[in-house]
Order: sequence, then structure tokens, then C-alpha cells
Amino acid sequence: MDFKFTEEEEAFRREVRQWLQQEIPQRWIELDPGIWEETEESWALARKFQRRLGQRGWLAPAYPKEYGGLELSHMKRLVLAEELAYSRAPLSIEVEVTVNWVGSSIMLFGTEKQKKDYVTGVAKADMIFCLGYSEPNAGSDLASLQTRAVEVSDAYVINGQKTWCSYGHLADYCWLAARTDPDASRHEGISIFIVDMKTPGITVRPLINILNSHSFNEVFFDDVRIPKENLVGQKNKGWYQLMIALDFERSSIGYAATNQRIIEELIKYAKETTRNGEPLANDLLIRNELAQLVVENEVARMMAYRIAWMFSKGLHPSYESSMSMVFVSEVMRRTANAGMRILGHYGELDRDSKWAVANARIMRMCLSSLSIGVGGGSNEIQRNIIAMRGLGLPRK
Amino acid sequence: MDLGLNEEQEMLRQSAREFLRRECPKQLVRRLDESAEGYSSELWHRMAGLGWTGLVFPEEYGGSGHNFLDLAVLLEEMGYNIVPGPFFSTVVLGGLTILTAGSEEQKMEFLPQIARGETILTLALTEPSASYDAASVKSEAIARNGKYVIKGTKLFVLNASVADYILCVARTRKTKNPEDGITVFLVDARSPGLKCTLLKTLARDKQCEVVFDNVTVSEKSVVGRRDEGWPMVKDILQKAAVAKCAEMVGGAQAALDMAVNYAKERVQFGRPIGSFQAIQHYCANMAMDVSSSRFVTYKAAWRVSEGLPAALDAAVAKAWVSEAYGRVALSAHQIFGAIGFTMDHDINLYYRQAKAAEIIFGGADFHRAVVAHESGL
Repeated sequence: MDFKFTEEEEAFRREVRQWLQQEIPQRWIELDPGIWEETEESWALARKFQRRLGQRGWLAPAYPKEYGGLELSHMKRLVLAEELAYSRAPLSIEVEVTVNWVGSSIMLFGTEKQKKDYVTGVAKADMIFCLGYSEPNAGSDLASLQTRAVEVSDAYVINGQKTWCSYGHLADYCWLAARTDPDASRHEGISIFIVDMKTPGITVRPLINILNSHSFNEVFFDDVRIPKENLVGQKNKGWYQLMIALDFERSSIGYAATNQRIIEELIKYAKETTRNGEPLANDLLIRNELAQLVVENEVARMMAYRIAWMFSKGLHPSYESSMSMVFVSEVMRRTANAGMRILGHYGELDRDSKWAVANARIMRMCLSSLSIGVGGGSNEIQRNIIAMRGLGLPRK
Repeated sequence: MDLGLNEEQEMLRQSAREFLRRECPKQLVRRLDESAEGYSSELWHRMAGLGWTGLVFPEEYGGSGHNFLDLAVLLEEMGYNIVPGPFFSTVVLGGLTILTAGSEEQKMEFLPQIARGETILTLALTEPSASYDAASVKSEAIARNGKYVIKGTKLFVLNASVADYILCVARTRKTKNPEDGITVFLVDARSPGLKCTLLKTLARDKQCEVVFDNVTVSEKSVVGRRDEGWPMVKDILQKAAVAKCAEMVGGAQAALDMAVNYAKERVQFGRPIGSFQAIQHYCANMAMDVSSSRFVTYKAAWRVSEGLPAALDAAVAKAWVSEAYGRVALSAHQIFGAIGFTMDHDINLYYRQAKAAEIIFGGADFHRAVVAHESGL
């Protein structure tokens, strides 16, 4: 066993950190948008930053060099993910989705032409995909999706409704799961398509999230005709492609670093804030609460490191990713809630108040962290995976 | 970074598991729990024969030169199987202290004896205040004619009733700083004035009251430096906490395995209870507690093994694992239902072990206080 990073990895960490100090725009730091809080202005700043990251090869560091990646080792990718998260770099869910799920899936299942058309573009941040998975009646039970894609002479015609499409209003393409064989069993008749969001027949309607921000959308497909060549992989085998993609490196690796920063800020706050003439840091209950966050975050970090380490050994984590995801999401919720208790009334203030503490980050996290244990497979589904895949418990 | 065991550790783990399955069945565990001495001398000598008692000592002291991480691997297996006896007190509390702080003469005398399974040791630290800070050390050792006379009551001393030697932490000087003036003595357990009484405890783990009623020891029995023994005690407490975590990881894994196997077999409403989501989610939570405990424990053990500062990681591990094992044992009981509420069923052995392990060397609150301090609070 060896729990340390190599000299080379540490040097890489310093390189990334230094680069980020120069490259994260001052304006982004002022705006300080949290997860699910992008505005038009922050989106534009973020896209510009992502292109810089792409030029450096750090947006899709795992990709082959010919597709704009660096073929970076798993441990260096872990280091990069940690630094990006800790520095609050302008990345967001849809970038991770585009790079880790869509780009990686195209490399695995796509045609040569698709690889040429999309993968490098993904790695260079020239295009953003939104996910067309969930439907009003297909959430955790994704295999019950009803959106249809019917093969006609030269095209597929799509009809149906998708929902929770993150940044669907800004995305260039939709990575769509649709039913191509309604007579087959649930898992056998699904296919994956690339759909240009400018195609006629697509209507995007905003869903305003709990942070009062427009991040999600309903997307309606009304006789949308797409070229046949936009089918990815095998027709009717989309479910299996989708499942493999879900096991790709999950973004949970960076979450412990995101949370670390918040915990450090809470510790700083406790040291600098006086209540009833005493620093909060002297309050035994607050010390105990903050220490528990440190402990839990350390645990979350180790669970994420396990995923990177397994990949580095050529192993394929499945239920281990679920463990990491469930754990870190719950730690982040507890962190936000502990932060609210420590801040008391000050935790209620939104960031435009002159009394607000640290840009109201804790209050916003208290809201945004609700999404982490839900999106990408709810914690209940993840626990089912741990129980059935990890422990071999029976389905029936 | 490598989070896996090396080949030698895998072998140690495998052979320990097989040996203990065969040689330390639960009938034996129960019999030893009920006995006064709490260990089997036959099993003890066989473990010594396998090199376990000398695992972490260098070869020149009769050991096999393994490191603390290897010891953690072995302790995990001992925790998995529950091995009653003075292994922990002798090797971790006694042996490691002498190895780290003892004089060359003490090392030459005691370590080979421990390695051969001939000597049983323990550490007498806690007193009726039952806490692990320096101020709680009230027992006194008064220098008199080139000797020391020890007076005081030690409580919760593991396996003292079968120990040949007891490392006694006593106060040799009183100053304003409670950490100053502490000295550790290696005391022959047969010394006149030393009285040991077995305590009846939840885990039936042979904790004792040890009364030192003017016990006279020689100057040569001082381990480490006179008056400056507290850093050494802190060091051994840190190692003991991590070593205990390793044992707990094994115990938690066993409780999880037992519960999962039961959930697969027990049928109600015409299907195995393990197919119900309520039970599945208990099991998923238990599995997360077990794996997370293992990683934080081995990280701390690795730091100890490498000689790196380990105060934060040891405290993180003990704070986390203490509660995680408790949760796992409790959920296991819930899954076993009524049958778990009997003396006959083995799961209660793990529940008891979890409670005792949570408390010893400082519980979660104690270690969170350390984490707070180490985090700059």
C-alpha cells in the first residue's frame, strides 16, 4: 500500500494550480456561480475558459492524443479533477456529461465519421451536448422511456418528450435515448442518437430550478427528422451502451475537493467570528460538528481515490462508484446543513445582502446539494446497485 | 498510489483467515469468554509459532521484521474471527512500546520472549477517571533509595490478570503541565503489593482493576526517559487506536458477511428477505461503512508504518471506524431479528466487540476533538 502521490504527480498538481490561478477569470470569481446557477454572462465566461482548458488538453485528458486528449494517467486525472473542483473552475455538469459520457461513448461505439465529427470537438470544447434520457414517466426507471424513433427511408423520425435536460437551451446537440422497437422487451428496443438541437420540430421549454435559475428544460420532439447516420452504435442495443457509459468515470471524484474548500471556509469562519464574546471555534459543539465534517470528507476522498486507483489497475468499478457517489452526496448535504447551523441567521441571507457571509455559498449549497443524490441515478438506485451487484442480494 | 495489499500481505491475510477458521471456532471463543483467563495457551503458542507475536519486531530481537501495516492486516483477520486473548495487549501495547522506547537491554530481554510466546504484557494507563489525557494519570511513583515505589489504582487494564509484565504509567513529578513528569515502568506482575481483579464487562474481554499498593521497582524498569514519558504514551495510544481500527474493520466485515448471507437465505412472504429494499439498503449502508472504514484505517496504518506524522489520520480513523462498526453491528442485529437476540447466536459477539472497541483508546468524540485541533480549530 502506498497512499501518496508521486513526485511527478505532485509537480503536475503545482502546474495545474498555477495555471488555474492565471486562467480563472476575475469576473467569474466575482460572480461566483455555484452548481446549477449559470447566467448568460457566466456561461459565456465558462465556455471561454473551457476552450482554454481544451487547448491545454485538460478538458478531456483521458482521450487519445489524436482526439485532443493527453492520454493522461488515472492518477493525474484525479489530481486535475481535484484542482479544478477545489479552485471552483468554470466547469459544470453538462461539460462532464459531454466529455465523460458522450465523447467516451462515441469513441467506444461510434463510427469513424462520428469520431471525426464529434470527439475532437468535445475535447476542444467546441460543442456541448445535453442528455436526452429522463422523461416525465421515466426517471429512476429509465428503461420505461417512451420517446419513439421510427426508421423511414433516409432518416429517423423522433416524437416524444424529454425532461431535466440540463442546459438544453444552450447545448449544440442532444444525446438522445429513444425507443426503436416498441415490441421488444424494455431493455431491447432502445437506441442512442445524436440530435442537432437546431433541427426543426424541437421545442425547448425552461424549468426554473430551486435556485431560481434556468438550468433544466423540457424538450419536445415533434416529427424531428434526423439523418440515419446519427444513430450511435447498434440499433436496439442502446440500453447496454448507456449502462456502460454510466460506469465511466463519474464526476464524484472532484466532489470531495469541492466540499473540502467549503469546510475550510467554515473553519475559518468559526475562528474569526465571535459570539457572546467567545470565538465560535471555542464552542465544543461547533468543534465537534466541524471535526465530523473533516472526518466524513476524508472518508469521501478515500472512496473517490479508490475509483481512480481501480481504473489505474485496469479494473472496472461498478458498485464502488455507487458507494462513492452516495457517500459524497450525503456528506455534501450534511456539510451544507452543518454550515447553516453554524451560521445561524446569517446562513439565511442571499448574496446581494451586505450582511451575507461568504457570498451566501452555504445557503446556496444547502439548495444545490439536494440535486446531488438525485441526478445521475438517485441514492436509492445506487444503494440497490450496491446491494445487488456488490453484495449479490437477490432481485426477487 | 496503491490501495491494494502486496503479495506477502495477501498471503498473510489468507493464511491467518484459514488458520483462525480452523483453530479458533466460535465454540472456543465462547468458552474463553466465559473462562477467567480468557485465552487458550495452546492457541497462543500456535500463533507464536506462526510468527505472529514477533511479526513487527526486527530479526535481531527474534521477530520477522514486518511493519505496522502488515500487523494491521493480521489484526483485521483477528477481528474478523474474534480471537480472545492477550495478543493486542502483548504485541501492540507492550511490544511496540518496548520496541519504540525501550533500552537496548530491555529490547534484548523482552522482545524475543514475546516473539516466542513466552511473555504476556499489557499497559496500565487509565485510572478511575477513565480518560486518556495526561492529567488523569494520578498514580505516583516515588523515588526512594535508587528505587521507585508505585502507588495508585489502574482501571480497564486489558488482560492484566494473565500478564507477566505490566507497563505502568505513573507520575514521578508534579508541575503545572500535566504532560510533564510522567514515567513508564515495566513492572513484574508478581511484584508484592500488586493486586489484580478481573472486571465483568460487556464484551467479556478481561479488563482488570490493578492496584499498585507500594510496589517497589528498580531504576532499570524505567522505559524511555524519566519524567518525559508522555510523548511516548501518546505515540503508543495513536498506534493502539489505529491497530484497534484494523481489528474493528475485520469485525465489521464479518458482521456484514453474516447478515448478507442470512438475508439471502431467510424466506418471508415467499421470498428471501434480502430481496426487500429495506434490507438491501441496510446492507448497502453497512457495505459503505465497512469499505470506508478499511480505507481510512489503512491510510492511517500506512502513515504510522512509514514513520510519517499520523495524528490527524489516526484520529480520523478512530472517530469514523468507532461509529461505523457500531452502525454495522446494529444493522446486522436488525436483519437477524429475534434470533440475534439470543446468547446462542454469534452476532452478539460482534455487537459486544463493537461497543468495547468504540470506547477503548478514546471514542469518537475524543478523536473528533483531536481532529478539530489538528484542523486548526
